[in-house]
Amino acid sequence: MRRYFGRKLLIYGLTFFIAATIDWMIPRFMPGNPVQSLLSRSHVAPDAVPALIAYYNNLFGLDRPIWEQYLSFWGALLSGDLGRSVYLTGRPVTDVIMSAVPYTLALLVPAILLSWWAGNSFGAMAARRRWLDNAALPIGYILTATPYMWLAIVLAWILGFIFRLFPISGGYSYALEPTLTWTFVGSLFSHWFLPFASLFLVMFGGWAIGMRNMIIYELDADYSRYLEALGAPTRLVRKYAFRNAVLPQITGLALQLGVIVSGALVTEIVFSYPGIGKLTLAAIQNEDYFLLQGIFLFIIVGVLIANFLVDIAYVLVDPRTRVGMSGRSA
Amino acid sequence: MSLQVTNLRVYYRTLAGDVRALDGVTFGVADGEIMGLAGESGCGKSTLGNSLVRFDPRMRYIEGRVELEGLELPIWDNAAMNDFRFKEVSIVPQYAMSALNPTRKIGRMTAELVAARGIPPETIVPELERRLDLVGLSRDVLDRYPIELSGGMKQRMVMVLSTILNPSLLIADEITSALDVSTQKAVAEMLVSFRDHGFVKSMIVITHDVSILYQIADTITVMYAGKLAEKAPTESIISAPRHPYTRLLISSLPEVGVRYAERRLAGIAGSPPLLLDPPAGCRFRDRCPVASEQCLQEPPFVEIEAGHFAACWKVA
Ligand SMILES: Nc1ncnc2c1ncn2[C@@H]1O[C@H](COP(=O)(O)OP(=O)(O)OP(=O)(O)O)[C@@H](O)[C@H]1O
Ligand code: SF4
Ligand SMILES: [Mg+2]
Repeated sequence: MRRYFGRKLLIYGLTFFIAATIDWMIPRFMPGNPVQSLLSRSHVAPDAVPALIAYYNNLFGLDRPIWEQYLSFWGALLSGDLGRSVYLTGRPVTDVIMSAVPYTLALLVPAILLSWWAGNSFGAMAARRRWLDNAALPIGYILTATPYMWLAIVLAWILGFIFRLFPISGGYSYALEPTLTWTFVGSLFSHWFLPFASLFLVMFGGWAIGMRNMIIYELDADYSRYLEALGAPTRLVRKYAFRNAVLPQITGLALQLGVIVSGALVTEIVFSYPGIGKLTLAAIQNEDYFLLQGIFLFIIVGVLIANFLVDIAYVLVDPRTRVGMSGRSA
Repeated sequence: MSLQVTNLRVYYRTLAGDVRALDGVTFGVADGEIMGLAGESGCGKSTLGNSLVRFDPRMRYIEGRVELEGLELPIWDNAAMNDFRFKEVSIVPQYAMSALNPTRKIGRMTAELVAARGIPPETIVPELERRLDLVGLSRDVLDRYPIELSGGMKQRMVMVLSTILNPSLLIADEITSALDVSTQKAVAEMLVSFRDHGFVKSMIVITHDVSILYQIADTITVMYAGKLAEKAPTESIISAPRHPYTRLLISSLPEVGVRYAERRLAGIAGSPPLLLDPPAGCRFRDRCPVASEQCLQEPPFVEIEAGHFAACWKVA
């Protein structure tokens, strides 16, 4: 067990090192000069340009030899410094990311967990009752087959535009200042609802169909047939089938949680929701390489952590992996 | 008679029509009898075994009567059969290697299964341990997951589990075919000792391997294309077979001890008829060396001498 996780940690460490290095290389070896593009957009007097370029190159450390930049990148990274955002005129990238993270988390964590729980319960129920299966399965397929964009727009149109139940854009009302008042929290909630509901619906359909199919597969497995041949009550057979069917769903859940850090790009764009996804788009549009680099690093770390959690979760829930690890055999 | 099967007919429902996999079989198994059931692949052996325990979803009951210990088994009624399964009639399935739930420790699964049948698990533990000793499994297999056991160990575990409630009848379906030769012999002998210890009253042992039956079976029943061809004491089937199919089957065995699965009936030309739409009359007609006009009629399965049954016009 210890050796297994030791080896895993080593692999994750190596992956992080390589990914971070590539991440560092991208802005430096890409065509286009971030400082130049920053200046070209800010209408400075032409004769001031060379001085400003020198100033910014110095500020971002772009005037030093490449190997020195690389070493100081790691030095800064390990002390939590991801550099400064060019487009937000010098705000630390860490700050910028951290102010977007709460929105993304508040949107995705409930959407993923609730849809997982509800979808799996529903799928298991559908596998048990034929009428429910016949009615629910087509709905599930329609939900998952609908392009997300389309679903989000329809939802925004019906609930936001026709019934005017919820606002369709932003993280909170622009008329308000972020304060800890009921008005502000209410505004946060009503802005949160539509992007949440759209994500929930799409993921719900996927989980429900997956669970239903897994259960039907497990009920047909040899161990289920054997139990039935020995007269085991349906309750016991279903209990085993459910437990075994939920294993792959747990992996799926953990992988989804890994995606959280990148935000739900499309959702946040459709609803102008100020999370990591929208920030990524802004960074790309403004050629803000340092911000982009910071976001990518953040995502890399998030995905690696999520994968590690999957490994742990699997060891906990599936005895077969435990056996493989300790090398105990008959 | 421990088991009496009368004119049992079970078909498979398919898109192309009914597959007549079991087309009217009648036989009995006496108290303490180990009956071997042999025949080519696809002749309906597993269909017969499964119909006595639990129908697959595609199986359809047509007609026939099954009596065990004088009581009629409601084989067509899945729910009503539950009272008999495990306690009166049990099975070691063809897929014994994968029959145990992979994510439960074997002991816990056994306890949950037994408890679900209304028997307090503690009460069977001493007997369970005694039988594990008997088949040479250490008691700590109960504390392991199925993946930690070898194929042979799982096989023995399933044999012990299936018979723990002392059923009257045990169906053992191809339990030796996945094992190496020395393990096969040990497993076969275990079956006999289960009978001798009174764990099961009588048995139907389904196999491709006639040589195994020669070692352990009291009687051998030969099936052909969904029907019984011959049933007789083992000695008679091996040394004095009467049905032309049995004769070819036995003579195509190079010697007892060599399995015919690999040299599938090299001696008999042709192949069995499709059971989707079998020809009328004797189903062996196309391959039979002594077929005649009369064989266009279906031969009845009759007792030609005491305890020796056959379905062939040339025998009766
Ligand atoms: N689920 C099914 N659907 C349709 N036909 C089936 C099904 N299962 C079996 N059959 C058909 O029924 C016939 C008997 O099958 P069965 O499994 O009883 O044969 P068997 O004698 O046990 O063969 P084997 O020695 O290969 O195990 C075969 O011809 C087969 O094609
Ligand atoms: S009944 Fe006729 S065809 Fe059938 S086995 Fe006997 S002789 Fe051959
Ligand atoms: Mg079979």
